[in-house]
Amino acid sequence: MSQAATTTWEEFMEGVWRQNPVFVMVLGLCPTLAVTVSAVNALSMGLATTFVLTCSCLLVSLLRKLIPKEVRIATYIVIIATFVTVVDYLIQAISLALYDALGAFIQLIVVNCIILGRAEAHASKHPPLTAVVNALGMGVGFSIGLFALGSVREILGAGKLFGFSLFGEHFQPWVVMVLPPGGFFVLGLWLLLFAAWGRWRQRRQGAAKGVTQHA
Amino acid sequence: MNHATQTLPEMTPPAAMIRTLGLIAAICGTIIVAAYQGTYRAVQENKRIALERAVFKVVPGAQAIAEYWALPNGEIAKVGAGETAPADAIKFYAGYDTAGRLAGIAAEGAAKGYADTVRILFAWDPATRKIAGFSVVAARETPGIGDKVTKDRDFLANFPLEAEPAADGRALAHEIRTVKHGSKAHAWEIDAIAGATITSRAVGRAINDTAQKLLPRIAMHLDTLKEKP
Amino acid sequence: MHESAAQIFINAFLANNFVLAMFLGLCPFIGVSGKLETALPMGAATTFVMLVASLCAFGLNLLLAYFNLEFLRLIAYIVIIASAVQLVEMVLKKYSPALFRALGIYLPLITTNCAVLGVALFQTAREYDFVQSVTFAVGAGAGFTLALTLMASVRERLRLSDVPSVAQGTALSLMLAGILSLAFMGFAGLGG
Repeated sequence: MSQAATTTWEEFMEGVWRQNPVFVMVLGLCPTLAVTVSAVNALSMGLATTFVLTCSCLLVSLLRKLIPKEVRIATYIVIIATFVTVVDYLIQAISLALYDALGAFIQLIVVNCIILGRAEAHASKHPPLTAVVNALGMGVGFSIGLFALGSVREILGAGKLFGFSLFGEHFQPWVVMVLPPGGFFVLGLWLLLFAAWGRWRQRRQGAAKGVTQHA
Repeated sequence: MNHATQTLPEMTPPAAMIRTLGLIAAICGTIIVAAYQGTYRAVQENKRIALERAVFKVVPGAQAIAEYWALPNGEIAKVGAGETAPADAIKFYAGYDTAGRLAGIAAEGAAKGYADTVRILFAWDPATRKIAGFSVVAARETPGIGDKVTKDRDFLANFPLEAEPAADGRALAHEIRTVKHGSKAHAWEIDAIAGATITSRAVGRAINDTAQKLLPRIAMHLDTLKEKP
Repeated sequence: MHESAAQIFINAFLANNFVLAMFLGLCPFIGVSGKLETALPMGAATTFVMLVASLCAFGLNLLLAYFNLEFLRLIAYIVIIASAVQLVEMVLKKYSPALFRALGIYLPLITTNCAVLGVALFQTAREYDFVQSVTFAVGAGAGFTLALTLMASVRERLRLSDVPSVAQGTALSLMLAGILSLAFMGFAGLGG
């Protein structure tokens, strides 16, 4: 693999894994918890956010030399709001049922801190290609996070995945999981899992190097 | 680099700032208008299909619909495209069967439920003068409890439900009321689901609030509505 | 259906609490609610901005509806909220420097608090009139402050407890929020 390809790949994986917006940075919590009552909703929200993130970062990166630093935040917000409006109409055109299920949270993508954060911290300092790849990675990472949450909540709370019944007639759904508290609990558990896994890996690396770990 | 620029970062001249902001506003404006125009027809089409599906679901046998306003002076008027509601008007949908005859009237109602507002669409059958049934348009009721209103067989057995406009043409002869489970005594009462009383009551109130005003206004115009326009 | 002002307030404050039932404004809820003394000013500032944003959004919506420009609503709202925050910041700086210093970094951050935009969007979607909009904004702000204060108190207390090191931080906060949210579900039906 050539040098350029490696950096691009790493740039992409940055958001998918190392800096995952849901599990590592814990950003953009509101939509993460609100729309993940089912796997379909979670994936759609992930896609919509990825679209807005990528388009906004592309435009910000293209205009980065033009935008005066005094008014950059205002400019970014206007650009993001533009693409959110676009996505809002696109979803209405694709499926009204999906639009109703996601509710106000499509429009609330505007204030998702991941997007403004990426525009400010990355896209405004990098050329378009890098910015787009990084934004795509972040978007995919966000979608994975949402899907992890949405599928668990749908399976536990409704006994279904993608609307298909998994456990048959006699399954008594764990309803609280699709209610607001369930969102907090499931995300909390995922974070716990990630923290425990990170701890375990650190310890193993430490052991391999022969370094004693003090927890 | 001299000392001055270090302590005082150079400022973009206001003219350049305004120029750039104007340029960005122009770009964004163009994108939004393009998206709005580009999706407008698909969105309207989707809304029409969704509305038809909802009405066909509650009005048995309906194949086509016409939208009307029921005005407070007792008149009815066809809804024009993109028209905003006249004061105090209630929107209703007349459903027609394949032969073009009136199959039923559908209208929306809303009432506060357990978690949030419960919005329903109900159908009135002009031949029997009864509420034929209802469907939930939007609700955030507790899954497994509040959403029983669309599944519970005993609750659905409340329909058809008597809804006869009073002789004076101002209200219903009998108020539609949700009563506690097992105490239904009249044909215009709704027997609540035990354990989901609040949602059952919301359904009853949503139907009653709209039906009280709407049905007396419509009752006088059934001849006009009889045939598909 | 007409909702009375009291119903709207109770709903926004408790039954449909913005943070614990609607998942709005979670970033400051998780991020800022570490100390009780910062939770209150943060809540007050947010409430104030919500009120200003709600008033602006109400006027703006009339204007947009008059010119049939509803598709510009989102962009107009977010710009007006950003300006409102900036304005509040400048006014505070001039007339009450002490309060300005106390709020510090939190003020500009309110722009990206989705609860503020949420107030503006919901009041439009539910077609609230002027009085209803104002009540809704105050109720939502009070609810946000309540959630923030509760969380901060619990977390202050928790700092003295023995918690497994893996669970410390956001994971624990989320679990706590879940329990609070479970408790708030008991308020459902209150605003009926």
